[in-house]
Amino acid sequence: MKALKFLTRTRNGRSLDWTDWLSYVYLTLGLFLMFGPVIWLVGSSFKTEAALNEFPPSFLPYGQKAVAVPGEEKMKPVYRIKLPDGTVKELPEVRRIGLMATHIDPARPDEPIRVNVKDREPVREFKLATENYTDLGGKIQFGTYLWNSVFITLVATILTLLFNSMAAFALSKYKFKGRTSVFLLILGTLMVPPAIVLVPNFLVVSELGMLNSLWGVIWPAIATPTGVFLLRQYMLTIPDELLDAARMDHASEWQIYWRIVLPLAAPALAVLAIFSVMWRWNDFLWPLIVLSKNEKFTLQLALNAFQGDLVTQWNYLLAMTVITLLPITIVFAFLQKYITQGIASAGVK
Amino acid sequence: MASLQLKNVVKDFGSAKVIRGVNLDVHDGEFVVFVGPSGCGKSTLLRMICGLEDITSGELFIDGTRANEIRAADRGLAMVFQSYALYPHMTVYQNMAFGLENIGTPKDQVKSKVDAAAKLLRLDTLLERKPTQLSGGQRQRVAIGRSIVREPKIFLFDEPLSNLDAELRVSMRGEITGLHRRLGATMIYVTHDQVEAMTMADKIVVLRSGNIEQVGTPLDLYNRPDNKFVAGFIGSPQMNFVPVTAGHGDNIVTDHGATFAMRTESKPASGTALTLGVRPEHLTLEATQGAIALPMTVTGVEQLGGHSLLYGTLPGSKAGAEGPRITAQVAGQVSTKIGETATVYAAPDVCRLFATDGNEQAVR
Repeated sequence: MKALKFLTRTRNGRSLDWTDWLSYVYLTLGLFLMFGPVIWLVGSSFKTEAALNEFPPSFLPYGQKAVAVPGEEKMKPVYRIKLPDGTVKELPEVRRIGLMATHIDPARPDEPIRVNVKDREPVREFKLATENYTDLGGKIQFGTYLWNSVFITLVATILTLLFNSMAAFALSKYKFKGRTSVFLLILGTLMVPPAIVLVPNFLVVSELGMLNSLWGVIWPAIATPTGVFLLRQYMLTIPDELLDAARMDHASEWQIYWRIVLPLAAPALAVLAIFSVMWRWNDFLWPLIVLSKNEKFTLQLALNAFQGDLVTQWNYLLAMTVITLLPITIVFAFLQKYITQGIASAGVK
Repeated sequence: MASLQLKNVVKDFGSAKVIRGVNLDVHDGEFVVFVGPSGCGKSTLLRMICGLEDITSGELFIDGTRANEIRAADRGLAMVFQSYALYPHMTVYQNMAFGLENIGTPKDQVKSKVDAAAKLLRLDTLLERKPTQLSGGQRQRVAIGRSIVREPKIFLFDEPLSNLDAELRVSMRGEITGLHRRLGATMIYVTHDQVEAMTMADKIVVLRSGNIEQVGTPLDLYNRPDNKFVAGFIGSPQMNFVPVTAGHGDNIVTDHGATFAMRTESKPASGTALTLGVRPEHLTLEATQGAIALPMTVTGVEQLGGHSLLYGTLPGSKAGAEGPRITAQVAGQVSTKIGETATVYAAPDVCRLFATDGNEQAVR
C-alpha cells in the first residue's frame, strides 16, 4: 500500500501535468530500450534450441509437452490429434515414418493409433529449458573457465589496489623532484589507445614466457593510470598532519601507508576495486591474445568459442551469457552507491 | 624533562628565508610561548624543533646533545597539532596506544599507560569512541593524551586551541596550564593569540618574519617592550602610537602642538622624529599634574558596563589632515557622544618612546 502511494505521488498532489506524461513516456521508452534486450536474453536463455529457431519467435519460453511412455526410454512429444471419429485427443508420438505418425495412449499401450501428420498439431506449454544451464557443466569445462575468470579477476584486482595505491601514496604524499612530471606521464598513457600497445605488450609477455598462463593476463593489466589518478586525488585530501603525527608516533613509512593512509582511502579503494572487477571480468581482447589453450580460457573466451564456424548452439551460448553477466550485475546492484560516492569525492565528475 | 637550545637556527625554503638565525634557551620545566602574526615562522620553528622540518643551518640541542640529525620520532618530543591529527579510523584508545605499540611496548604496559593518561584527562569513559563522535574539547584532550602516554621530554603545541569556541578556549587554557603544573614538563606552545600568550606563558618569544623580536616574561613584554612591534603586539586593545618630535632638553612636542616633559636616557637630539606609545588603559579623562593631553574627536564609543572604550582621532599636523587614531579604555561609564571632542590624559612615566628608524627600538 505504502509503495503504491509512493509510486503514484504527483507534484503538489494535483493530477498529472502534460510534462509529467512526457517524462513518463520518455522514461518508459528508455526502460524498454535499456532493459528490453536483457529481458529478451534471460527469457531466451530458457528456451530449447528448437524454440529459439521458431519463427515468429515467442516472448516466453514455450516448449512442446512431453510425457513418459511405458516401454520407451525417452520422454515423448505430445500432439493434439483429430481422430477419424471426430474426437480430439492429446497423445504422445512414439514414432513417425514419412507422413504417418504412430501415437499411443499411455492408458492403453497395446493399441497404437496411426495418424496423418496433417491431422495433428503439437501441444505447447510454458516450459523452462533449465537443461541449458545444467548441461553446461558437461558440455564444456565450465568449472575450469569459471575458475580462470575468478582467479584473474580477484588476483588482478588485489594487485591493482596494492600497486596503484602505493604509486598514489608516493605521488600524493612525498615531495620529490619530477613528481608532477611522473604523474603527468602516468596520466598521459591514458591517451594511448590500447590497440597501439597490444603488440609491444604481447612481445613482452611472450619473452617472459607467460603466454598461455593466467599471469600473462594479470600482470599487464594491474597498473592502471585511472586507478593511480583516482587514488591520488583522494589521498590528497588526507591531511599531512596525520602523517606527521604518525611519524612522531614512531611509525615507519610502510606503517604510515598500511595503517593510516590505506584505511582512510577505503572509499576510493572500493571504487577502484569495483572498476577493476568489471574490467578484468569483461576483458576479452587481451585474454584472447595471450590464452590460446582451451583449458586456460576465461568465461568470455569460452563464450566466443561457442560460436562455431558452422553450428552455433544458441541455447547454451545464451545461458552462458547470462551467467557471465551475473557477477557484474550483483557488483553494480550492491556497490553502486560507493561508485557515485567515490567518484564524487575523487573530484572526477 | 629537558632543556632546549637553538643556536643561530636558519630555515630556507628555496630562496625564501623563513627563519633568519634564531637563538633561544628554553630551561627545564618552562612554559614557553611562541607568539607572532601569521606567517612569522613560529609554526615552522616548532616543526624544526620536533624534526618534521630540516634545519638549514644552525644547531639544535636537546638536553645538551645536538639533535639536528635525530629523527623526529627519536627526539623524545611530543607534538599536539592544530587540527589534532587524530587517526579517524581508530578509537580513542587505539589513537593513544598507536605510538606505544610502534615501539614494541608490551600490551599490559600500553594499557596501564593509556588508562592513566585517560584518567588524568577525564577520557576514561570515551576510550571506545571514534574521534568523530567526540566534541572539540574532547578531541583536544585526546590529542594531548596521545602525547602524554609517550612521556616526552618536551611537549610541543601548535596552536591547539584555535579550532575551539571562545568559551571552551578559556577552559582548555586552564587545563593546559594545570597539566603543566602537574607534570612539571617543559612545554613549547605556539599561538597567534596574545591573550593566550599572556595568560599561559612563563616566557614569551615574540617572532616577526623569522626573527625573534623579544624574549621575556609576559609582564616584561607588557611593561618594557623592546620595540614598537612588540609594544603593538602585546596588550589588548592595541597600544596607541602618536608621532612626536624631540624638543629642547626633556621636552617632547606632539604633531598637534602639545608639549610635555619626558626623561629619556639617550637624550635624542632636538628635532628627532619619535613615536610615543600609550596603552589605552593608561589614558584617563581626568587631568593630572604633568600629564600629556590628547584632545581627540570621538568617532566611536563602546560601553561595556565596567569600562568603556572611546575611539577617536587626534588633530593632524596640518589643518584638514587626519591625525593618528587613538583608543582609550576608561573606567566606568561615559556620557561622551560621537562627534564631540574628548581630551584624554596620560602620565608620562607609563608612556614609551620609540625611534622612527628601521627597527623602531624603544628609546624609553
